[in-house]
Amino acid sequence: MVIEAPSRLRTETDQREILLSIRNLHVWYELRRFGFGIVGYVRAVDKVSFDLHRGEAIAVVGESGCGKSTLMKTILGLVKPREGNVIFEGKEIANADSATLKWYRSQVGYIQQDPYGALPPFMSVRRILEEPLIIAAIRNGKERLERIHRVMEEVKLYPVEDFLGKFPHMLSGGQQQRVVIARAMILNPKLIVADEPVSMLDASVRVEILKLLRGLQESHNLSFIYITHDLSTVKYFSERIFVMYAGKLVEQSPIGELLKNPLHPYTHALLSATSDPDARNALSFREVPPGEPPSLVKPPPGCRFHPRCAQMIQGLCEIEEPPEFTPAADHRVACWLHKP
Amino acid sequence: MRSENGRLLRVENLVMYFATLRGPVQAVDGVDFELGVNRAVVILGESGCGKSSLAKAILRLLPRNIAKYSGRVYLHGRDVMQLSDEEFRQSIRWVEMSLVPQAAMNALNPVLRVGDQVAEPAIIHMGMSKAEALEAARTMFQRVGVAEDFLNRYPFELSGGMRQRVALAMALVTMPSLVILDEPTSALDLLTQANIFNTLKRIKKELGTSFILITHDIATSSELADDVAVMYAGQIVETGEAKDFFPDPLHPYSKMLMASVPRLRADQDPQFITGQPPSLISPPSGCRFAERCPARFEKCAEEPPVIERDGRKVRCWLYA
Repeated sequence: MVIEAPSRLRTETDQREILLSIRNLHVWYELRRFGFGIVGYVRAVDKVSFDLHRGEAIAVVGESGCGKSTLMKTILGLVKPREGNVIFEGKEIANADSATLKWYRSQVGYIQQDPYGALPPFMSVRRILEEPLIIAAIRNGKERLERIHRVMEEVKLYPVEDFLGKFPHMLSGGQQQRVVIARAMILNPKLIVADEPVSMLDASVRVEILKLLRGLQESHNLSFIYITHDLSTVKYFSERIFVMYAGKLVEQSPIGELLKNPLHPYTHALLSATSDPDARNALSFREVPPGEPPSLVKPPPGCRFHPRCAQMIQGLCEIEEPPEFTPAADHRVACWLHKP
Repeated sequence: MRSENGRLLRVENLVMYFATLRGPVQAVDGVDFELGVNRAVVILGESGCGKSSLAKAILRLLPRNIAKYSGRVYLHGRDVMQLSDEEFRQSIRWVEMSLVPQAAMNALNPVLRVGDQVAEPAIIHMGMSKAEALEAARTMFQRVGVAEDFLNRYPFELSGGMRQRVALAMALVTMPSLVILDEPTSALDLLTQANIFNTLKRIKKELGTSFILITHDIATSSELADDVAVMYAGQIVETGEAKDFFPDPLHPYSKMLMASVPRLRADQDPQFITGQPPSLISPPSGCRFAERCPARFEKCAEEPPVIERDGRKVRCWLYA
């Protein structure tokens, strides 16, 4: 398969090598009625393209049902796309054979949202961390134990000996999440996908885990995809931010630029709905767009945000889908308001 | 309704312990606070600090393994702890105080229409006829922002945000003076969350309801809070008005809690609190936060007094 080299971003701003490249990705789920075959599709991810550089951390934000989890599952190779490519180090992953997938899974780590649900309750920490090494065919038991020790020290689960024999229910939420992180890290992956890694944790622990992840990302030069709905944590963590709405990427930009100058009306709405602790908040109402995100079975024609958008242009937004415009270097937005 | 100097609720030395095999869990241990008419107090704290237990203790929703339950709860100046369980159920619960429990939107009965579910408290507690109660439910649906034709729908036909509004309507249908909200928006999306808080603000303004908001989400809590109470290991360590508390918390724990909040519009780096809260089965003597406190000194081995300062209260030796 010939794959077009995504060279644009690289030459513009980022000289780093591209690790992961998503091209024209469509992930649709079939809707079946018994005896009638396929009656429609849930268009969870629709025409999404982006590049991720080596050592870069990006954040994908959006509300539930916007397709961010489906995007993540496709990147992890758990869901097959209907159309489009997932290219990791030049290899096609979306429709790869099992040998390539096995190699790929050793290159990618996954941090789940709910640490307690992600850890098998009947396995000790040692067994949880040893299993990926056994699957990766590391036969020397001593080497396996050494690697477990090393990764547990990295996620600050020490003294290591105290934790090796423990079961998940004996650990606090923060410690459980550290085990999940250790498991994701143990095969020395190049890419980590973290799905709301701190949303189940207490505020005080949350920051600790975010700092740990940031530290690991920098010291191992990892690429990181951070999926979240919490905009206030994004800037401590990632360089670029991707905003998703109803299966589409509506805006992508470096994080500082996006916070200063959000372009898409949906991004505006997300930012203005995010509170900082301030007693003055109680004195006024927040501006929130009316309605709820659309059904992904029959998304609205044209721009998918137009039924909720205050700045909608009659005769354009509800008819024609906005292409991606680039109003500033490295800042892309799919909105007719920013047509040059 | 009667009230003493604009005061709606006064809680004094409220205690609730649970019996376990390893000994009593001191979930609520000597809590004092006050709430004015048409005000909202937010109770902040980490998970396991006893904030949900406090809500249950105020409403006398006791689990079977209760080991100790004492103290005074004055509502409109009347000590409701003196009432029998039956009197409390008939004249206080839902009539004067109602609760929106955690994850209420998932607790709706799946086989009943939401309108009937919202009308039910009005029939049982206010003695309304079915038709009157449905009319009250209809009015309340408008107030919380659910379309009237949703009265005849079933919970599965509603989105999470709509179901949460229905749970809110259910707590409000009897027009109580106080509504306790336990993590009302933690499972909801950002925009839905902002929307629900707008609704709560409007209800507070239009109906004059008071709120106790229990949450660990400090940033969002500031959307509704007039007053703040910080809870740690079963005790309230600081109370004060929101306008004083948010810019300048007094207790070392409150300071660290506020410093741990990531902020969208400020550049300061969030900090974390090292260590873990103590066990509530055998809490340390003296100050319960001492072990994790950066400002601890010899005095902290003794139980700290509650210090009053400019209308704020703080349980810490630093201010003695």
